[in-house]
Amino acid sequence: MSLVQEIDYGTPAAKSETMVTLTIDGFTVTVPAGTSIMRAAMAVGIKVPKLCAYDMVDAFGSCRLCLVEIEGRAGTPASCTTPVAEGIKVTTQNQRLGRIRRNVMELYISDHPLDCLTCSANGNCELQDMAGAVGLREVRYGYAGENHLDAEKDASNPYFTFDPAKCIVCSRCVRACEEVQGTFALTIDGRGFASHVAAGMDEGFLASECVSCGACVQACPTATLMEKSVIEAGQPEHSVVTTCAYCGVGCSFKAEMKGDQVIRMVPYKGGSANHGHSCVKGRFAWGYANHPDRILKPMLRERITDPWREVTWDEAIGRVAAEFRRIQAQHGKGAIGGITSSRCTDEETFLVQKLVRGVFGNNNVDTCARVCHSPTGYGLSRTFGTSAGTQDFDSVEDADVIMVIGANPTDAHPVFASRMKKRLREGARLIVIDPRRTDLVRSPHIAADYHLPLLPGTNVAMLNALAHTIVTEGLVDTAYVQARCDLDAYAEWEAFIRRPENSPETVSAYTQVPADQIRAAARLYATGGNAGIYYGLGVTEHSQGTTAVMGMAHLAMITGNVGKRGAGVNPLRGQNNVQGSCDMGSFPHELSGYRHLSDTATREMFEHDWGVSLDPEPGLRINNMLDAAVDGSYRGIYIQGEDILQSDPDTHHVAAGLAAMECVVVQDLFLNETARYAHVFLPGSTFLEKDGTFINAERRIGMVRKVMQPRNGYADWEITQLIAKAMGAEWRYTHPSEVMDEIARLTPTFAGVSFERLEAESLQWPVNDKAPHGTPIMHIGSFVRGKGNFLITEYVPTDERTGPRFPLLLTTGRILSQYNVGAQTRRTENVVWHGEDRLEIHPHDAEQRGIRDGDWVRLASRAGETSLRAKITERVAPGVVYTTFHHPDTQANVITTDYSDWATNCPEYKVTAVQVTPSNGPSQWQEEYEALSRETRRIAQVEAAE
Amino acid sequence: MSRPRIYIPWDAGALALGASAVERAIIAAERRRGIEVEIVRTGSRGLFWLEPMIEIETTAGRIAYGPVTPEDVEPLFAIGWLDGRPDRLRIGPPEEVPFLKRQTRFTFARCGVIDRQSLADYRAHGGLLGLARALSLGPAGIVEEVTRSGLRGRGGAGFPTGIKWKTTADAQAARKYIVCNADEGDSGTYADRMLMEGDPFCLIEGMAIAGIAVGATKGFVYIRSEYPHAIRTMDRAIATARAENLLGRAIAGSTHDFDIEIRVGAGAYVCGEETALLDSLEGKRGQVRAKPPLPAHKGAFGQPTVVNNVISLASVPAILADGADAYRDLGYGRSRGTMPIQLAGNVKHRGLFEAAFGLTLGDIVDEIGGGTATGRPVRAVQVGGPLGAYFPRALFDTPFDYEAFAARNGLIGHGGVVVFDDTVDMARQARFAMEFCAIESCGKCTPCRIGSTRGVEVIDRIVKGERRGENLVLLQELCETMRFGSLCALGGFVPFPVTSALTHFPEDFGGAPLTAAA
Repeated sequence: MSLVQEIDYGTPAAKSETMVTLTIDGFTVTVPAGTSIMRAAMAVGIKVPKLCAYDMVDAFGSCRLCLVEIEGRAGTPASCTTPVAEGIKVTTQNQRLGRIRRNVMELYISDHPLDCLTCSANGNCELQDMAGAVGLREVRYGYAGENHLDAEKDASNPYFTFDPAKCIVCSRCVRACEEVQGTFALTIDGRGFASHVAAGMDEGFLASECVSCGACVQACPTATLMEKSVIEAGQPEHSVVTTCAYCGVGCSFKAEMKGDQVIRMVPYKGGSANHGHSCVKGRFAWGYANHPDRILKPMLRERITDPWREVTWDEAIGRVAAEFRRIQAQHGKGAIGGITSSRCTDEETFLVQKLVRGVFGNNNVDTCARVCHSPTGYGLSRTFGTSAGTQDFDSVEDADVIMVIGANPTDAHPVFASRMKKRLREGARLIVIDPRRTDLVRSPHIAADYHLPLLPGTNVAMLNALAHTIVTEGLVDTAYVQARCDLDAYAEWEAFIRRPENSPETVSAYTQVPADQIRAAARLYATGGNAGIYYGLGVTEHSQGTTAVMGMAHLAMITGNVGKRGAGVNPLRGQNNVQGSCDMGSFPHELSGYRHLSDTATREMFEHDWGVSLDPEPGLRINNMLDAAVDGSYRGIYIQGEDILQSDPDTHHVAAGLAAMECVVVQDLFLNETARYAHVFLPGSTFLEKDGTFINAERRIGMVRKVMQPRNGYADWEITQLIAKAMGAEWRYTHPSEVMDEIARLTPTFAGVSFERLEAESLQWPVNDKAPHGTPIMHIGSFVRGKGNFLITEYVPTDERTGPRFPLLLTTGRILSQYNVGAQTRRTENVVWHGEDRLEIHPHDAEQRGIRDGDWVRLASRAGETSLRAKITERVAPGVVYTTFHHPDTQANVITTDYSDWATNCPEYKVTAVQVTPSNGPSQWQEEYEALSRETRRIAQVEAAE
Repeated sequence: MSRPRIYIPWDAGALALGASAVERAIIAAERRRGIEVEIVRTGSRGLFWLEPMIEIETTAGRIAYGPVTPEDVEPLFAIGWLDGRPDRLRIGPPEEVPFLKRQTRFTFARCGVIDRQSLADYRAHGGLLGLARALSLGPAGIVEEVTRSGLRGRGGAGFPTGIKWKTTADAQAARKYIVCNADEGDSGTYADRMLMEGDPFCLIEGMAIAGIAVGATKGFVYIRSEYPHAIRTMDRAIATARAENLLGRAIAGSTHDFDIEIRVGAGAYVCGEETALLDSLEGKRGQVRAKPPLPAHKGAFGQPTVVNNVISLASVPAILADGADAYRDLGYGRSRGTMPIQLAGNVKHRGLFEAAFGLTLGDIVDEIGGGTATGRPVRAVQVGGPLGAYFPRALFDTPFDYEAFAARNGLIGHGGVVVFDDTVDMARQARFAMEFCAIESCGKCTPCRIGSTRGVEVIDRIVKGERRGENLVLLQELCETMRFGSLCALGGFVPFPVTSALTHFPEDFGGAPLTAAA
């Protein structure tokens, strides 16, 4: 094992198709026009000395180390900023150039501490390397001149320090913040010798707008910006490339290690999803793996009121098998089931559904995608024929118009948001449809052309009005529709959409968005060139979530925006493997690859392969399992890596269902909220501790590689196998690659996938004979289902209505530094950015209620109530309030109702009628929560063994 | 009978010397006398040792008096200056002042003559003829004419204006810009200021012609904040031009749109460098950009942009009006036309001297400038601003020409000539050059950012006699590093004053006895 060293070409690759040939130090080289001389030199193995050049950002030309001579041209141009030209003859090294470089380096070192041996960058310092490369032997200026050696270190960020004494003012950090991340938190303040990197208004990193993405740290050639973990532990010695386990962007990271200790996670430039960028979660928030709260031993208890008792794996697994078999014997085969995890690998998910179908002998398997993107799967499958987004992330580079609906990518999908913002800064137009004024609506160098701040719950009306405008104003791409779509379905839909109730003028009454804004946005979407739709849970988590997904698919089809780069309908998937968990057959009615159980041929293929017979009837969805539990017909559940008590709607109902069961098995890293109702706790493993794959929002199958042994003893897939074996199944997997082989064998869209192939290239499903290298863009030429389909998308207002008692609409979302229920991120230093959930409320609504910023307020709905502190902001419109759901002591889902999507039961998290009133502090259940939480998590102290 | 007309300059130089106080005294005097005079505020003629220079319109033409103080006003009325009567302050017809008479006023023909705020007066003195001819020539014809005139960038780099325009004209873009560089920061220079304060419509006309030539519809004048009077004059002139359809849509009855906006600098010398200027113009920290891309391809807001100095643009109306040949026929070598030489420092006749290229430095300093103001011998002359070389008497035969100065490791820059007498300490001047660079460096490139500070320290050590030999070698190498390593001319040209001082005045660097080590 060794450290993965990625080559820095100095400047980004040029995209031109015109090739240019030149001579560098006598070597002939041919490169695309626009390539820098520096990068061209790399092509023939010549490394021109450099410090300010870095291939993640545009050439800057400030360090002046990379000067070269060009025959026939005056002076010594910088090779980073000078593009190649046909026939030029470049000299990169001669006596004069050598002298200038050495003398420039001498200037650098005249203002740099000489503490190399004790410096945290020792062994990995570009300044040190360059001093060696140019042959610096002395600093004739001495060290007594003006300098910055006493500049004060900024350690305010929890993960890295900024030591200006070591700064060479190359601006790589500033440029990374601008060009890669797009936050513009850093600048160079002052001028001349006093020039220095400043965060915000020179207020320190933590107080500034810095989002702690780490791009600056990665860009820094010295120890100026350095991970605290490296300062503490020293430079890593080997690294393993793996895939981040937070959101659905699926960033590739190098886990840089010392022995079995992770020293730091560094985004991998070779990662096709992230191209070397990261966010605060993936980059820094991995410390939860070693948090003292993590449970490492299996535990049992007879009753949920008992304290936990640590047991051996044998005892725990034996108990699970015995209890499940007992329940089935007493209450029928269908009295147990399982829930797969969108946080676990494809292989693990596949095994859980195989356990349920093949070993439990029923189809009571569901997944947390139920509560997020199930409408995406259904809606896109009905219209296009595939339950997934149409594009790869790179596609956004060709988008001319970007429409973001019900998504807040700068918080929830930050790495993709940075790429989107880069394209927007290049001039792409932007439409944001969101009740809140998210950062995309207006932030540095980003401004939405149209922000349509619709009332929560009116997405379908809005999408219909957009389509109505396009159809009635003659903006439909008729040729595309004629060639690609089902014309009968289209004709029926067109007649529907033309109806006056779908006009912007009518719709503006309930969306509260002016009709002219809707019309203008529709025109821009239809006529602005390549137009891509990006959406999130603000679309799906509604009673008409599926309808809205179909509505977006219609918009894309009528404007010819499916089947090409820069366009498409793109779900921003919430969890690292929510796409994969769906692909793997986690739903009660589907086998892997979205094939319905009722399809005999498919079922037989599985039956033959698994040597079991499968029940052709779909099983229970999560909410049905809970209902059945309350009824008494459902008694046992195996929950792998999901905290349904905190993440599913109507917490009281979930709790009642769990409390009614006889054997609740929770497999997780921590004693999560659901575990309060568990009888068996099986400690899970982190993504760092196993091999496998995650599938991101662009259908990319990312390799997850084990960087350390599971601290709990087993990877999650091994635990599932232990249960299967204990229940009598003869599973013999020795490695997840064998599970993937089985998936490929049984799933046509994965036919060409294997770990061996994934080691060689990045693949996006479908991967099969027709697309041996995967499918970055889907539906090129024709739709997967043949002709694109249209369905009637009548707007039906949700039953959840505001009224005198509950006059405000609550919608929920995420924040950058925290992830979902916060089980991981709350156990990292990320809490410095977000220590509690707050209720965003418009100043008008706050004033009416006598609420001041920071006041405790009671948030009540028909379902329940909670208390939290208010944040007064104009990000929300009057009549709308918003909160995050990262903290269990807020439990926003106490408030949310049990309304759900008509097609998929995806809960309507995004619309709840509420009232907000001033309050003295936490509500009673919150007061009791701490004690209850401690009580239900007691672990019996076993006397220490001698 | 028409009211007597009195011309009082509203040029910042004249104002600094009390021109407005003189105006108030004149108004008070006329009230006392019960007469009415018409006061016209002009620019300056550029004879600063005579400012405030007041001109009276008489039957014999304009008669100048100066320098006039408020206390002089009452006696001047008393002696009958309104009729041009003699007085110790009477200069006579201004055109007859030798300093002015020797000039070739091409670009500055109207400066100090016309009412700076009056478009009618501008028109009456030949204004807008260039624009009229430009419109008849069309874009390609204008570029051709400007190219043929031989006009080169007057900001200092001397790049052929016509070629720059052609590059921008050929660039394909939805939008293009004309940016006028009025960030005149060189010590001892004031030509841009004088022109903007004295003949603002000339610059507006020049920019409009440039806009038509390259297909730009928007112009910016980037004026340094230290020029409040120029900003005010330009501001009003732009408003007038807009009202009279010289700016705006379909200007001067043509099919071309062109408008101008003023952007004010924030006090950084480096923002006179065109790419730093563009950053500042865009609202960013003024920082030099690497070239390529050239502003002609990717300038303001990423669009093709002509960045020209005030004088370059202000020369264009006359070139178009009089024809390229009239301009081209003037000059020396490859330096065609005229140059407004600005005499400053320790010189008797401080002022603006517009002349065809080719005068020798000696003529300029000794004859036109009249030697030093202190009467002591001239020891050194710095031409081209703070980054220009110091020339000793031995080089006074150098003709005022881009190439001739370059051949002697100097530069003419923006035409500033600063004279020093024999009391000057050239080591201090060399140190000042480095210090100036250290203060004004944008901080982007290493040679300039760190080198200038180290330069000051090394010169200090040399002067103190610390390891003098080694430090002299180090200073020479530092100058080479800055010359060839710097990103822009700020760091790149600082070696000119430093090495010229070292070369021509080595005795000033050996003040202390050499140490044994040296």
